[in-house]
Amino acid sequence: MAEKQKFVGQSIKRNEDPRLLTGNSTFIDDINLPGMLHIAIKRSDFAHAKINKIDVEKAKALPGVVAVYTADDLGDYWKPGPLQVPPPSVIKGAIFFARPLECIAKNKIRFSGEPVAVVVAESRYIAEDALDLIELDVELLPYVGDLEKTLAPDAPLVHEDLESNLAADVIQEAGSWEKAVAEADVVVKKRLLVNRVAGGALENRGIVVNWDQNLNLLTVWATTQGPIPMRNSIAKYLGLLENQVRLINPAIGGGFGPKIMSSQIDDVVIPWIAMQLKRPLKWVEDRRENFLGTTSERDQLHYAEMALKKDGTILGVKDVFYHNTGAYNPYGMTVPLNTQTHTVSNYRVPNFFTEIKMVFTNQMVVTPVRGAGRPQGVFVMERLIDAAAKELGMDPAELRRKNLLQPEDFPLRTGIIGQDFVEGILDSGNYPYALEKTLEGIEYEKFKQEIQPKARAEGKYKGIGITMFTEGTAVGPYEGCKVMVGVTGKVSVITAYSNQGQAHYTTFAQVAADQLGVKVTDVDVVTGDSGQWSWGVGAFASRGITLVGTAVHNASLKVREKALNLASKLLETPVDELELEDGVVRVADMPEKFITLGELAMRSNPTRGTVEPGMEPGLEAASYYGPPHGATGFGSLAMIVDVDPETGMIKIERLVITDDCGQPVNPMVVDGQIHGGLQMGIGEAFYENLVYDDYGQLVTASFMDYLFPQASDMPDKFEIYHSHTKSPLNPLGIKGVGEAGAIAPPACMMQAFEDAMGLDDMFITESSINPSKLYNYIQKAKGA
Amino acid sequence: MKPAPFDYYAPTSIEEALDKLTELGYSGKVLAGGQSLIPAMNFRMARPTALVDLNKVKELSYIKPTADGGLAIGTMTRDSVVEEDLMVSERYPILVKTIQHIAHKQIRNRGTFGGAIAHADPAAQLPAASLLLDANLKILSKAGERWVKAVDFFIGPFMTVLEPEELLAEVVLPPMAPRTGGSYQQVSRQKGGYAQAAVISTVTLDASDKVKEARVALFSVGESALLANKPDQVLAGQVPTAEAIEEVAAYVAKNECDPGTDIHGTEEYRRNLVHVLVRRALTEAIQQAKR
Amino acid sequence: MTQKVKVAITVNGTLYEREVEPRLLLSDFIRHDLGLKGTHVGCEHGLCGACTVLIDGQTARSCTLFAVMVDGSDIKTVESLGTLENMHPIQEAFSEVHALQCGFCTPGFLMTTVEFLEGNPNPTAEEAREAIDGNFCRCTGYENIVKAVQLAAKKMAAH
Repeated sequence: MAEKQKFVGQSIKRNEDPRLLTGNSTFIDDINLPGMLHIAIKRSDFAHAKINKIDVEKAKALPGVVAVYTADDLGDYWKPGPLQVPPPSVIKGAIFFARPLECIAKNKIRFSGEPVAVVVAESRYIAEDALDLIELDVELLPYVGDLEKTLAPDAPLVHEDLESNLAADVIQEAGSWEKAVAEADVVVKKRLLVNRVAGGALENRGIVVNWDQNLNLLTVWATTQGPIPMRNSIAKYLGLLENQVRLINPAIGGGFGPKIMSSQIDDVVIPWIAMQLKRPLKWVEDRRENFLGTTSERDQLHYAEMALKKDGTILGVKDVFYHNTGAYNPYGMTVPLNTQTHTVSNYRVPNFFTEIKMVFTNQMVVTPVRGAGRPQGVFVMERLIDAAAKELGMDPAELRRKNLLQPEDFPLRTGIIGQDFVEGILDSGNYPYALEKTLEGIEYEKFKQEIQPKARAEGKYKGIGITMFTEGTAVGPYEGCKVMVGVTGKVSVITAYSNQGQAHYTTFAQVAADQLGVKVTDVDVVTGDSGQWSWGVGAFASRGITLVGTAVHNASLKVREKALNLASKLLETPVDELELEDGVVRVADMPEKFITLGELAMRSNPTRGTVEPGMEPGLEAASYYGPPHGATGFGSLAMIVDVDPETGMIKIERLVITDDCGQPVNPMVVDGQIHGGLQMGIGEAFYENLVYDDYGQLVTASFMDYLFPQASDMPDKFEIYHSHTKSPLNPLGIKGVGEAGAIAPPACMMQAFEDAMGLDDMFITESSINPSKLYNYIQKAKGA
Repeated sequence: MKPAPFDYYAPTSIEEALDKLTELGYSGKVLAGGQSLIPAMNFRMARPTALVDLNKVKELSYIKPTADGGLAIGTMTRDSVVEEDLMVSERYPILVKTIQHIAHKQIRNRGTFGGAIAHADPAAQLPAASLLLDANLKILSKAGERWVKAVDFFIGPFMTVLEPEELLAEVVLPPMAPRTGGSYQQVSRQKGGYAQAAVISTVTLDASDKVKEARVALFSVGESALLANKPDQVLAGQVPTAEAIEEVAAYVAKNECDPGTDIHGTEEYRRNLVHVLVRRALTEAIQQAKR
Repeated sequence: MTQKVKVAITVNGTLYEREVEPRLLLSDFIRHDLGLKGTHVGCEHGLCGACTVLIDGQTARSCTLFAVMVDGSDIKTVESLGTLENMHPIQEAFSEVHALQCGFCTPGFLMTTVEFLEGNPNPTAEEAREAIDGNFCRCTGYENIVKAVQLAAKKMAAH
């Protein structure tokens, strides 16, 4: 009985735009409560140290300071944890040493930026004044930050109760690498380094807490991407029932991964303080804190090998990699497992061996940043193919073409267990189409035959890169929602999903409007309010539109059925003769005989009479959707770059991407997601880099040193093509797209730089370089 | 990221400002546009005890022609005002080009011409421009005025000859000689960002296309903005050849700058940039002079 | 005793007379003292541009100014543009071409666009891109913002 799709698939202007454009949205720092106090967090300047004493007396004495808390002041309440993501015990032989966050350091500091004290004051200005008065007496310990050296026998231990800094070791093998090597004509080996990047949301993290002891209700506004898990964590810590904690997402200024982290100082310590002081509290992180104290990602070192036949047929891939988890591993193995599932996924690779060595270091904790392990896997595979192409004297596009999975290969069991703890299954795809469309779009042959040689003759160095990527999206366990028609005839879609700009107020509305015969602007979407809907997991893994969208679709169908059944009775007409359109249920061919949705909503919830057995009151229904495994988006990215070999400066002259996210709900929004992802990927490859010095100090803790990609860093145009291989896993055929753009740029750009120079000995082994490094690669390859 | 407290004074005249600076001595600091100082204060890397805000001293904001064909620029004149001034663009096109490379418009609307020179950031444009253009700096104190040439003004990173009770009041630019061309060359990782290396040059040619004067200022490659000597030594009196320019550029890169290694680039790379940029700057300046 | 300084600052046509601490950032004055929360704070060191406002008609970062420095000035914030029901052409243009996602940086872009289009009512894409170079956006890759600036110019010319 599903209605045909009128809105799904259309580029519709967003419902949320007017309030965002006119300054009428409420972000976390816009929330002010009577009597509210402000928090500033004292963070360690040391990367690794034993705490002797934290002297807060001077800080406490400062006028305007209400309280100062250290770990000791938390008494029995202080405890590490919990793990936000459980260990991957489903993988045979997996070793995992759980060391969840110590929200506030007690005996030992394990990274620079780790919280050591919390100041509560009348204003943020005074709170920061008090931070200056806190004295930290510590015994410095040697710092460990190098991914390999951290496992040396004499390395200082981040956690002394462990034998080494090994945080986890997970081996997965599909087929036999040994066999691949035995059959191979060529084996290429590379040591590949992936750098560390920040989420970089323009709005920093924040939390506002209000404890009402009469109502036994703790209201929390937070910038979290996972409102329900965060609420549950707060409830558990404070010994409250889940419904005694109401967690609300205000408008959120971008997420990009790090805002998924909970069970840290904001949600574990600050609500507790609010209950102690019985005053509303606000903490809004500043940019420096965001760099020092909010999680970040990437940072892997790969020893990767590829075995091939002379004709370019890939026989196998082996990848042993170090993954830096930082000082703790509260987010389990999500990131490196994504790396394992995304390494070979575009290609036929009969034999694949992959090993994660997750290591503790005295650095910020690593949790997902847009891409979340996928870019690393794709970088490794694409670089190996480039190395093999050089070795075999083959064209990089041809070598990819030769080894791509074919449409008939799907669904494909990969034999590799992913972040969702189920075996990765590639549900559907048409990879050759993406490759060919991209090559055609960027005029690959013309570039190679005409443009590049002509440029070279004029003394210009132009190069092209062509890469493939997959994007595992829409993993379980589930999301849910409630859909309700109100007495005004307008529709509520209520979810506990979290929105950071992904257009859910519009895309979820499009899905509901299609089934309920209303305008998209008549659908009001609620996100992230546990007081209105209390089930959900969170905004990660590009899963919102697929999981919540499907739940909205299913719930809307139920509401539609309810409305039609009730209308059938009231209009004394069989359901199959009714139409639901323009906010009314009418009898087909008799436009004067109708009843509005609002009236039906009234009648479905009578104040007298009776609701018949088996009927539920209200035009309301809930639905949940949990996929058996993720839906895999995919695509191909090509770029043409211009390199100035004298200065190492570059310009991206053209960028062509083909992406397939199944059925797009709002193509305009899909393109927007791709744009933003590409910006992050380009940023990662050439601008952004989190750098720790030899003492574990983050030297890039501002936008002066951490280069945020600007408009002038982007190509003049992102040329986007689409294909639409619908996912068989959900009724609308949707896949996610949030991370697509961010995955392939580093691999693509490095290939293009090499192609521009045309030097035999130039091979870039890092995912992030800068003009100085590029210049050095060029000089080295020239033998200068 | 909130600044630490400070005492605040907002004089409305030069006289009042000098009184206050004298009274405060080493505990006073001048607040001009604030575009460098306030970010540093927000990070609490700068913690002045007292600020003397010049934003209400209207008499410090002007651009006036001088009798000899130069310009006098009041210290509080906003960068964007200098950038858009017709006299400036007519007489010192290289200065306009230089200012256009200062951060972004939002910053140039507040940043001040004299403030940037007095701040003496080794990575900033205007100290280098003042060297290039041989600026004469008018310094006031209650004791009177003194004049210091730009070459004598900078003594180190963020350090000048200014005494705490003194105020840089005016920057006087001598006239540009006829047949002078200019070039601004920089490599920065992003537009508006700090340069890895930057070179500003002017070259004056005589009627027979021989170099009368070749000036090359460098910044972001040493402890303060620098004026290179070699270019003029080698090129003056000569019809400049590509070989001579190359020789000069190589020499300056090797001997007349002192870039370090940081997260964005190695010393070797940045010396190479100086080499490339000096060559490009002189080449373009000579072309411009011939037009 | 904390020093307080009297200021008289006109914001969006209303004159506000307040006593403020000298160190109060203009961004905090606008957001918290005046309650005009459309101006956002992203970095507090003058790089991201989210806090961009117009001071006497010219863009500036409100996070790198003390409120006392603009005593006597005329300030315009995003609230001076259109309303929910009647948006400014620049705001309409941003919505039409999907030039915002999370919307946090958007007020800064809008104010930058106001100043830019006053000086250049018919910009090329290249000029529009240069004009927004001092404002950071993490969501959009800037492409649609460039389009929006150009579309806004057309809309304003038609008005």
